[in-house]
Amino acid sequence: RIVTIKTRNLEESKQNGGCGECQTVANQKCEKASK
Amino acid sequence: MIHQYKLNEFNIVLDTYSGAAHCVDDLSYDIIEKYEQENKEEIKTEMLEKYPELNEKDIEETMQEIENLIKEGKLFSKDQYEIDKLDLKKRDTVVKALCLHIAHTCNLNCEYCFAGQGKYHGEDALMSFEVGKQALDFLIENSGTRRNLEVDFFGGEPLVNFDVVKQLVEYARSIENEHNKHFRFTLTTNGVLLNDDVIEFLNKEMDNVVLSLDGRKEVHDRLRKNINGEGSYDLIVPKFKNFVEKRKGKEYYMRGTFTKENLDFTKDIFHMADLGFTELSMEPVVASPDKSYAIKEEDLDKIYEQYEILAKEMIKRKQNGNPFTFYHYMIDLSAGPCIYKRITGCGSGTEYLAVTPNGDFYPCHQFVGNKKFLMGNIKDGITNTKLRDEFKLCNAYSREECKECWAKLYCSGGCSANAYNSTGSINNVYENGCKMFKKRIECAIMVKVAEAMEGEVTL
Repeated sequence: RIVTIKTRNLEESKQNGGCGECQTVANQKCEKASK
Repeated sequence: MIHQYKLNEFNIVLDTYSGAAHCVDDLSYDIIEKYEQENKEEIKTEMLEKYPELNEKDIEETMQEIENLIKEGKLFSKDQYEIDKLDLKKRDTVVKALCLHIAHTCNLNCEYCFAGQGKYHGEDALMSFEVGKQALDFLIENSGTRRNLEVDFFGGEPLVNFDVVKQLVEYARSIENEHNKHFRFTLTTNGVLLNDDVIEFLNKEMDNVVLSLDGRKEVHDRLRKNINGEGSYDLIVPKFKNFVEKRKGKEYYMRGTFTKENLDFTKDIFHMADLGFTELSMEPVVASPDKSYAIKEEDLDKIYEQYEILAKEMIKRKQNGNPFTFYHYMIDLSAGPCIYKRITGCGSGTEYLAVTPNGDFYPCHQFVGNKKFLMGNIKDGITNTKLRDEFKLCNAYSREECKECWAKLYCSGGCSANAYNSTGSINNVYENGCKMFKKRIECAIMVKVAEAMEGEVTL
C-alpha cells in the first residue's frame, strides 16, 4: 500500500554533509552521497 | 510537515524535514490526510464507509504501516535543524564561484534581456585579462580549503571577448595545481560567433556550455533579434547542432525563455528535442509587469498544465528510448544535497559573486549595475560587509512566507534577485516564482516516482 522511494536522509546529512564542494538547489549532486 | 498531491495517477506524500517521499494507495492517502486531525477510531469508521470492500484488519494494518513510518522519522517528522539558534551572520563563508562578466556588450538585441542588450544599463565594456586575472587570484585567496572552484563566463555575449576567455582559462590552469584547486569552467552563449576554433576550445575546456535558444523559429525570432531587427534562429541552429555533435556527450544545455506570448512552451521544448538536443531548460521571463510579454498571475494555471504535459511526455519518451532531460526535473532524491546546502541555497553574495568588466563585485549577475548592491572590487576585496551579512541571512528559514511551506528545503527560500525585482526587498519572496517552483518540484518528484515504481506491484 505504501512504497517509500529511496531518498537521502536529511537528518543524517547533518553529520556527513556541509563540505561545500558541490556546485553552486535540489538538482545538485553530492559526490559524498553518490558513493 | 508533509505535502500530499495526486499527479499522473500517482498518490505522492512528501515528508518535508526528513526528505522522504512515498507513493501510496488511495486508502493510505486518505488516512494520512486525516492522521493528525482526527482520532484513529474516527478515521477507521470513515474509511470503512468510503471503502466498503475493505475490512477492519485492512485499515488497521495500513495505520500500523503509517505508524511505523512515523517512528522511523519518515512521516510527520519534526523540524530538527534548530536554525533559529544559529547566528547565521557569524558563520564563516568562503567564495567558491565567480561569474565573470567578460563582455558587457552583445551582438544580438533580445527584447526581453534583463541585462539591457548585455550592457547592464551602462556602457559597452570588455573585461581585460588583467582584471580577470585579479579576479581569479581573489577567488583562490578567498576560497579557504574548498578545492572545487567555479568560473562562469557570462555577459552580454562572452564570445565577443573570446581571446580574454582563452587567456584566463590558460592562467587558471597554470596555477590550480600549486594551490590544490580545480577550476570548473562554464560559458553561456547566443551562438552567433560559434565556429570550429571556438567549438574546439569550448569542448576541451568548458565543463558545461549554455546555449540560448527559445524553441520554435517563430517564437525564437519574435524576441531574439540582431541589431538590424532580424531573427537569429536560422543563423544559430545549424551552429548549435554542429557544436552539440562535436561535444560528444560532454555537458551542455539549451536554455530557452518563455513569455506570455508562448505559454504553450512545451511545444518549444519538444521542438528542441526533435532537433536532436537532449539537455533542455525553459525559464519564465524576468520582466517588469508593464511589459506585454510579462507573465502574470492569470497565466499560472496554463503554466502548471504545461509543466504536467512536459513531465508526462518525458516519461513517455524515456520509455520509447528517446529521452531528454529538463533541468528543473533533474532532481536527485538519493544523492542530492545535504541539509546545509538545502538551507543556504545558491550562496549569492557570500559564496558566489559576479565581477563586472572593470572589476566590481555584485552579489550575483542579476544585481549587476544596481549600485545599491555594489559589494567591493578586485583591488579592495569585499568592502560592503553589511550587505554580505544581509545575504548570509537569506535562506530557507529567513522569510516569513516560507515558515509553513513544504518546499522550502527544495528551493532554500527562493531567488533573492527575483524577490528584490518583484518586491523591492531581498528578504521577501517572488510569489509567482514560488508557485511555479512548487509545481515544478511536484512534477519532478512524480517523474522520479514513476521511474521508481516501474515493476512495483501495488494495491
